[in-house]
Amino acid sequence: MYHAGLAIILTLWATMAHALTIEDHRLYPGTGDVTLRILSTADLEVFEPYLLAFQAEQPAVTIDYSVVSSAELHRAITDGASFDLALSSAMDLQFRLANDGFAQSYRSDDTQALPDWARWRDLVFAFTAEPAVVVLSTDRFEGLEIPTTRQELITLLRENAADFAGAVGTYDVRESGLGYLFATQESRSTDAFWRLSEVMGRLDPQLYCCSGQMIDDVTEGRLALAYNVLGSYAAERMARDSGGRVQILRMQDFANVMLRTAIIPKTATEREAAGALIDMLARLGLREDAGQWPLPPLNSAGPGEAPEYGPIRLGPALMVYLDPLNRRTFLTEWEDAMEQR
Amino acid sequence: MIGTGSIGRRLTFLLAGVAALLSVLSWWMVTGLAREAAERTQDNVLAASATAIAETLRSEQGEVRLELPYSAFAMLGAIGEDRVFYRVMAGDELLTGYADLPALSDPPPPGQVRFDTGTYSGETIRMASVSRLVLAGAQPLPVTVTMAQTGNGVSTISAELSRLAAVMAVAFFGVAVILSFFAARASLRPLNEIAAAVSRRGPSDLRPLKRDAPAELAPLMTSLNRLMERLGQSIRRSEDFIAEAAHRVRTPLAVVRTQAEIALRSVEDEAEKRRLRGIIRAVDESSRSAGQLLDHATVTYRADDLTRAPVDLATLVEQTSAALEPTAAMKDITLTRNTMPAQIMGDPVLLDNALRNVLDNAIKYSPEDTEVVLAITTEGREVRITVTDEGPGLGDGPVRALTERFRRGSNTGDIVGSGLGLTIVEDVLSAHGGRLELHTREGERGACITLVLPLS
Ligand SMILES: Nc1ncnc2c1ncn2[C@@H]1O[C@H](COP(=O)(O)OP(=O)(O)O)[C@@H](O)[C@H]1O
Ligand SMILES: [Mg+2]
Repeated sequence: MYHAGLAIILTLWATMAHALTIEDHRLYPGTGDVTLRILSTADLEVFEPYLLAFQAEQPAVTIDYSVVSSAELHRAITDGASFDLALSSAMDLQFRLANDGFAQSYRSDDTQALPDWARWRDLVFAFTAEPAVVVLSTDRFEGLEIPTTRQELITLLRENAADFAGAVGTYDVRESGLGYLFATQESRSTDAFWRLSEVMGRLDPQLYCCSGQMIDDVTEGRLALAYNVLGSYAAERMARDSGGRVQILRMQDFANVMLRTAIIPKTATEREAAGALIDMLARLGLREDAGQWPLPPLNSAGPGEAPEYGPIRLGPALMVYLDPLNRRTFLTEWEDAMEQR
Repeated sequence: MIGTGSIGRRLTFLLAGVAALLSVLSWWMVTGLAREAAERTQDNVLAASATAIAETLRSEQGEVRLELPYSAFAMLGAIGEDRVFYRVMAGDELLTGYADLPALSDPPPPGQVRFDTGTYSGETIRMASVSRLVLAGAQPLPVTVTMAQTGNGVSTISAELSRLAAVMAVAFFGVAVILSFFAARASLRPLNEIAAAVSRRGPSDLRPLKRDAPAELAPLMTSLNRLMERLGQSIRRSEDFIAEAAHRVRTPLAVVRTQAEIALRSVEDEAEKRRLRGIIRAVDESSRSAGQLLDHATVTYRADDLTRAPVDLATLVEQTSAALEPTAAMKDITLTRNTMPAQIMGDPVLLDNALRNVLDNAIKYSPEDTEVVLAITTEGREVRITVTDEGPGLGDGPVRALTERFRRGSNTGDIVGSGLGLTIVEDVLSAHGGRLELHTREGERGACITLVLPLS
């Protein structure tokens, strides 16, 4: 029996102060009476293969999978909503949950096998390493040299301002937690970030909440380039499907690599099943060759691609930009740069 | 041996015990210091972090502003995987951070760091607070930045160092035990050397020990030397006593003998004469027995520290038998010598004494008008002096027993003797590395006594 959920379900949780905005939901019934409730930021499209693989391993476990935004996920867990596993691409929020005591520790041979940087205190476990990339439209770049560094990109945008007006897309960092994480980390790592933001700001940039839509717009030719897009993986596939209309570019001077992480919330009741899924994700995270899985393994942040930059560190520094004062300061600066008309 | 165990082992155990104690102590101290150092490091990092945040404090349009520097938080990840909490208070108002962090007992004076330990979110935390006065509006407002961290990293670091210290303490202990063993052996070496030096000596070597000894052994050496001196003195005294006693016995015997000889000359009656001759012989034997007592003492003393000079046994046999010729003549006994030159290393006085005793027995126990044969033969590396007589032989009893002190045969009848003769012979021979062989001549009458000596 296969039960497909609606595209958007609004569920009211009796125990919660606020309603939880669920973007997607699906139930995978198992043969036993264990139900593993997962709260995740990954679309079903991307994550379903993992769930099916897990159920093949543990047919008894029923999986209740809800897709939410990273901010919603954070809010739900801090409000004490009862979930067995929280998977999120917002590593700063995940870290903060663990730091503030909303996660419980889990330890197994598989989690021990993870490198130190992919694990924090047996509370947070990374299972993918996904770089931020630039997606560009082949058509709109005809006759132009493809930039490899931010400096080259700045020069290109400046010199061809007319071509790029209204055709540059990036995350709206006020809405997208991931966009905010990428932007803050980039502002810290390269001084080209603010210059690039200024240049983009003058070109009437299109702001997006999510990467999927941005890539779609590049494919359609509405955008010439989308800056700081997550998921080279999904994007690469789309680029392949687009028949050469879309290209993926990884900046040579610096590239953010985000870790997708899992935590077991304090409220979890099915610790064992949650641990088993973490084990499976950790094993997949350490797999040698990429294979057919929708998300890249941890080693994709390693040798070969920009080896001088590791993934964003799982550590207390992630809390810096979550501080409301810092956030306000950063957003003000960002808005000043991006919205100069 | 009295069961007090070995000094060496006791010393080793004692030193090892001390080493164990020191090892445990050093481990405990290193562990404490490691913890202390880790805690101080954490304090310093927390203080640096709080200070870095406090430095960003400023006032903009009458409002307190600040920024949390990235490095202020990044540095907290250096110690270990610790949970981090922070709070910035302007006066009594929360600017940012965790409102419910434990309150400070009293705010730190400006420019100084205050450290506190508290509990937050179920864990013990270490807090560092820094205060600064910020001009907000008309009034300067005290702003306190508090950085807090759990103690995981500190525990991990100190546990690791403690484990390392334990390994080192065990290694140190192992080395110390080995060294203790050698130290014990080294400190006992002088004692062992003295013991070896004493046991290497012959029993009659009573010279004082003259060697360098550690101060602790000096009293032992002194007492040992004093003991040996006293022992030497007492031996000398008993030798003197024996000599004196023998002399005292022999002198009146000589008087009796002289008187008997005078009487013999003046008496006509044959029966009287025989009786007097008997007396003279008995006196001679008694005097000789007394002499043997003296000889025995001398041999025992000299045998342990033998003078070794080249001795030709043929000459020796010649001289000794010549000396006893008169005694043999009294009983009409012929002494036949059948010798060949044979050189050995030995003490001529003792060898003469031994041969004299054997020859003396042969003459003493042989009936009148018989023959005693002295022969020298060599056999391999040995030379044999054989004295054969035609007397009664050695009897049926065990012959070996005859060499025991004061042991006399059952067939001696009224012949006077001390039972020391063969004892002396045996002692002399064994001092020379030789042996005594006693046989009764098979089929014939008489004894066959052989002195076996190694050739030089
Ligand atoms: N040549 C010998 N003939 C017979 N018996 C002997 C002879 N030599 C020694 N003995 C026996 O051996 C015993 C021990 O001899 P020895 O030690 O010289 O003592 P003694 O003073 O009795 O001669 C003698 O008592 C004697 O019985
Ligand atoms: Mg005798």
